[in-house]
Amino acid sequence: MNRGQGMLSVTDLHAAIGDKPILTGIDLEIKAGEVHAIMGPNGSGKSTLAYVLAGHEHYKVTSGTILYQGRDLTRLNPEERAREGLFLAFQYPIEIPGVSNIYLLKAALNAIRKHRGQAELDAMEFLSLVKEKMEWLSMEEDLLYRSVNEGFSGGEKKLNEVLQLAVLEPRLAILDETDSGLDIDALKLVAEAVNRLRSPEHAFLIVTHYQRLLDYIIPDYVHVMSHGRIVKSGGSTLALELEKRGYAWIEQEAAREAKAGAK
Amino acid sequence: MIGTDIQNGYYQDHRRIENTLPGRKVPWLARLRSEALERFMAHGFPSSREENWKYIDQLPLKRRHFRPARAERPLSKDDLVPYLPDDHARWRMVFVNGRFAPSLSRLEGLPAGVTVSGLAATLEHEPAMLEPYLGRYADINGQGFGALNTAFMNDGAYIRLGPGAIAEEPVHLVYVASGAGDSVAHVRNLVVAGENSQGTLVETYLSLDDESCFTNVITEVISAQGAHLAHYKLGQESVRTLHLAGIYIHQGRNSQYAACNVAGDGQWVRNDLNVVLDAEGGDCILNGLYFTAAHQQVEHHTRIDHRAGHGTSRQLYKGVMDDHSRGIFSGRVVVHPNAQKTDARQTNNNLLLSENAEAISRPQLEIYADDVKCAHGSTVGYLDEEALFYLRSRALDEDHARNLLVYAFASDILQQITLMPVRAYLERRLANRFLKGPPSEA
Repeated sequence: MNRGQGMLSVTDLHAAIGDKPILTGIDLEIKAGEVHAIMGPNGSGKSTLAYVLAGHEHYKVTSGTILYQGRDLTRLNPEERAREGLFLAFQYPIEIPGVSNIYLLKAALNAIRKHRGQAELDAMEFLSLVKEKMEWLSMEEDLLYRSVNEGFSGGEKKLNEVLQLAVLEPRLAILDETDSGLDIDALKLVAEAVNRLRSPEHAFLIVTHYQRLLDYIIPDYVHVMSHGRIVKSGGSTLALELEKRGYAWIEQEAAREAKAGAK
Repeated sequence: MIGTDIQNGYYQDHRRIENTLPGRKVPWLARLRSEALERFMAHGFPSSREENWKYIDQLPLKRRHFRPARAERPLSKDDLVPYLPDDHARWRMVFVNGRFAPSLSRLEGLPAGVTVSGLAATLEHEPAMLEPYLGRYADINGQGFGALNTAFMNDGAYIRLGPGAIAEEPVHLVYVASGAGDSVAHVRNLVVAGENSQGTLVETYLSLDDESCFTNVITEVISAQGAHLAHYKLGQESVRTLHLAGIYIHQGRNSQYAACNVAGDGQWVRNDLNVVLDAEGGDCILNGLYFTAAHQQVEHHTRIDHRAGHGTSRQLYKGVMDDHSRGIFSGRVVVHPNAQKTDARQTNNNLLLSENAEAISRPQLEIYADDVKCAHGSTVGYLDEEALFYLRSRALDEDHARNLLVYAFASDILQQITLMPVRAYLERRLANRFLKGPPSEA
């Protein structure tokens, strides 16, 4: 996949938890090489969109389409999506006592490589790859041998998600509020890692509540979600405007437009 | 004697073999056996009305007469190789249907002060060594099986660590069931650890055929002041076997006892552990791990009596139940009135892999002292769906993710195992059952 080719194409997507509709008509086009940011107030459906894309069973797509690299994403289960290069950095990474970080990294990388028809990495190759990526994030090596996220601080958990991202090098990486709970030093490390991974082949969807992260990862597009829809899209300057003016004006604008549309 | 047909069957068996029992002319021993037989004839097997024996009627134990097990043919060392693939134990005793098999065993070079021998030979030749201990702690009143074991008491392991003796390497006790169907082997072990002695025991229970062999074990462990014992018990029996072990541990001042019980695949596996911390500063750790499937029933019943102060007890039992199987943990900790500064903790965690599987968990604390720290906790649950999603979102297929979580569930028991060959064996066993890829990195 090269810059400019369609990566993700979401059309009029509706999704619900049980009977409760959360996404109410999302349209989104992401091309290879692009970085998109999704902002919006709490409860606007940002994380739901991230989970729906990753294939979480609690969220049911009720209508609309999601094409990922030209294929219907909803027909793939979570592991197939991951093998096809989709990655979600969780807002709340799960603790898995008894499974070491290194085991999970290796199992994940080898599952993806196998799917791509590549040979599995041997222990030495794998370790040197992981250590390089850990240096990017200033992570201590002992984290590799600890259980996944168990006893990690909030910041360590987020860095660990980004480590997985850096090792797996997904085609489409979704970062769900990876910045929340990070101090400024950790935030810069995360941004640096993402910027290193930016390339014509890779795309990013960065879900964030604050503009802060976008000082360091300059997005190509910023979208604002409200009540389950994207109500405004713009360039990176939109994030700055949101930082100054908050979300209320956009929601009001959207409400006016909806009214006008109804007439 | 009046009893049920089954009881009478065992009585007749006893009549047939009593003249062949080792040490039959030793008065205290003859009395011990005959009292036990009387007990058994008077009380028979436990009733399902008793809380700890609620499910006994679903087992064949009370319906069938299990005849004394006899090997169909003599075993050679090669017969055991497939079952003990990484057996490097320097000292090994093998028992076939409860009888010591010297030709399959190796006991050269035991350190000074360490005695490892067959119980039958010791009963025959040195009964006085055993008199202060044998049958003193085992309960023959409670449940019939203990009485039956004592009445038929014949052979097993006798291990004595003299004062200050240190067995630096583990003693591996291998019990092989190789009888016809509906046969029983009564195994009787006695471990006497002298002051400040140290040793490690590994018991492995095997069955060579897929027959409904019943192994009825009693193990008495008497630990003197300052003794340190590690005691592993690994079940490797096949699916039709029945296994009951009554394990009685009596601990002296500042002694340490650490047990790890891993249940095998038999249709019924039951370990009853009874620990008495009889003097100050005793420390015991009881860990257990069980994976049940099909219609298996695995039970662990523990009782720890803190009879003196400053004692510590830790229990961690973990069970994974699949299919229609049932896992039972019932643990009682009794802190007696003068056992101040007792620190007791008991945990039982259960993971259900099937909606038809059952976990029964009954932690019980009885505290009669006021300055103590006691805690117990028990959980029963299914696999964590969020953890499953997380692993699948990292490209692991669903089976791999499920199995990895089961493996992880058991891992804290494994991590407490300090004897590396045992840990490696269990990691491999778990990995074969639950994991793809090398277990060492999980």
